[in-house]
Amino acid sequence: MSDFFNWISTLPALAQIPLVVGAFVVVVAVILFFVEIAPRSGRRYTIIRLAVCVLAPLAIFVFLGSVAWAAAVAAVLGGVFFLLDYRSKQGAGYLFQLVGFLAPALILLLIGLVYPTILTAIAAFQNNRGNRFIGFENFVWIFTQPTGIRVVLNTIIWVLIVPAFSTAIGLAYAVFIDKSRGEKFFKILVFMPMAISFVGASIIWKFVYTARPAGQNQIGLLNQIVVLFGGQPTDFVANSPWNTLFLIVVLVWIQTGFAMVVLSAAIKGVPTEQLEAAELDGTNAWERFINVTVPGIRSSLIVVLTTISIASLKVFDIVRTMTAGANSTSVIANEMYTQWKGFENGRSAAFALVLFVLVLPIVVYNARQIQKQREIR
Amino acid sequence: MSAVSPIDVPIDVATKRQLGAGERTAERSVTKRTKKRLTSRGATIASLIIALLWTVPTFGLFISSIRPAALINTTGWWTIFQNPGFTFDNYSQVLKAGNSQLNLGQAFINSIAITLPATLIPLTLASLAAYGFAWMNFKGKNWMFIGVFALQIVPLQMALVPLLSLFSRGLNIGGVQLFAGLNASGSYTQVWIAHTIFGLPLVIFLLHNFIAELPAELIEAARVDGAGHGQIFFRIVLPLTMPAIASIAIFQFLWVWNDLLVALVFADGEVAPMTKLLAEITGGRGQDWQLLTSGAFISILVPLIVFFALQRFFVRGLLAGSTKG
Repeated sequence: MSDFFNWISTLPALAQIPLVVGAFVVVVAVILFFVEIAPRSGRRYTIIRLAVCVLAPLAIFVFLGSVAWAAAVAAVLGGVFFLLDYRSKQGAGYLFQLVGFLAPALILLLIGLVYPTILTAIAAFQNNRGNRFIGFENFVWIFTQPTGIRVVLNTIIWVLIVPAFSTAIGLAYAVFIDKSRGEKFFKILVFMPMAISFVGASIIWKFVYTARPAGQNQIGLLNQIVVLFGGQPTDFVANSPWNTLFLIVVLVWIQTGFAMVVLSAAIKGVPTEQLEAAELDGTNAWERFINVTVPGIRSSLIVVLTTISIASLKVFDIVRTMTAGANSTSVIANEMYTQWKGFENGRSAAFALVLFVLVLPIVVYNARQIQKQREIR
Repeated sequence: MSAVSPIDVPIDVATKRQLGAGERTAERSVTKRTKKRLTSRGATIASLIIALLWTVPTFGLFISSIRPAALINTTGWWTIFQNPGFTFDNYSQVLKAGNSQLNLGQAFINSIAITLPATLIPLTLASLAAYGFAWMNFKGKNWMFIGVFALQIVPLQMALVPLLSLFSRGLNIGGVQLFAGLNASGSYTQVWIAHTIFGLPLVIFLLHNFIAELPAELIEAARVDGAGHGQIFFRIVLPLTMPAIASIAIFQFLWVWNDLLVALVFADGEVAPMTKLLAEITGGRGQDWQLLTSGAFISILVPLIVFFALQRFFVRGLLAGSTKG
């Protein structure tokens, strides 16, 4: 496999696309073929199954360039797996099919997310070369340095402000334009920033914020407005502490469209009868909104708030491109990258772990929500 | 997908008129309700202001990107009528700008080469897994699914560095090499695999919501008819979830295209995508506005085209099924 990728990387960029996609399609087709063969009865199919159980792990290990006896272990595992399958209650070949469907994704997740996460958690308690455990020293470093505390505080400011504002503005906009003429058009206008990269958005807003010395023509829109009202031009992203807020505006600008689209769809799902019944009871528009619409879109609100909270916890691109963390605007994700670039692996991992701890409550809450939903089904 | 239209039932003229009248009354009451909503003038003004605030920055970027450098640096873009001047030099200039290893034009192609496989591969793997989670029974299914969902929220930052060393050094456990390193720095392989892995949890979660919503009778009927899981997946589930897959594919495309963090860590030198190069230009030549504006506009051009061409798909498609209380 390594050879295949090495060979492919010598080709021109656009030629690589069809080759990789083609190879991938072949793999998936093979998986589907064997999944289909699996439950069929008959000696021939049994032999095919057995062969696959032994050969598939072998092939994978050979392709990954491993030692031979690791493959032997896999073959033994394959045999056990085959025997188990033979006695399965769900019919022969069931486990086989299950593995065919789930294994590719799950193996990738184990290798690419679970295993690295564990390693990072360990690295957070080691020195920067990763050869000695130093307890909580990295965390002590973060929380005793004024800059470290500032970084954590900034992240918390992001996660408090961005979800609240984008959801509120998105909801208000969705309600205001609901059933109005040109609703679709209005939606596209606000949703458009979703399609723009964070880097692109950062440049757009840097241009809005840019300042020229007093007396010259302003080329940044915001400073032009400030000057118009008789103020002095200011460099918005340079002056702490308000500069963080000006960066936050960018993420709010991006995320509002997402909140608006999801909430707008949810609002349309609120039963008209309920609204009409409330209207007959003599309630005004605001009361109807609070007592009928909001409870009706509660689950969508949770999804929106969760998604945007996570996005703002992990915010990286905006800070990186607009200030690179200068003038105390840094956030955890950016600081983590900076530390890693400076070969401070332990500190970098400690930042990552702090971020994980901040995300954890959101994970737990949402996992519980999903579990409730699945129990209803 | 085309909606199924019922066959016209033959009815007599009187009934037809009656039905038509009913429709008309319904229509009238709808317009009446709409009128009532729109009378709130404050709401209309507020929504107009929001729409304006959300559009003007992008519009300004576009106008600036086609003005000569001298004009950008001395006058605001809103004075375009007092200080007219159009040029496409910015674009040809920025396409050649870059670092020692590549320019923005090549980075544009890199972005395409990274994004297409990184959209297709996770989507396929995720649809397989989503089917497994939705329609196959096994012990601990719920817990495993919640585990996959929870992975979605593990910050990428936790995984980046170990994954990078996994790529370069392979995996050794207790002195036994489980697999060797990929040896593939300077190629797209790392970025493809990284994006695939990082995209999987969310895509599995979203697709699962659709696939689990399919009527159980349909799957049962196919199974009674002797179809295996492979056939059910390929012939029934896949075609029926195509709208969902399309909408999620668009989003995955936008995410990968717009990503900076994964690119910074995994795409070095010649294979860097546009976002990375643009971030570099912003850092190093932050006052060359003619480069920044035109570069930014090139980078948002493809997403915007995808967005405007296909937005009707994903506006309603992305979250259907996932927000059920």
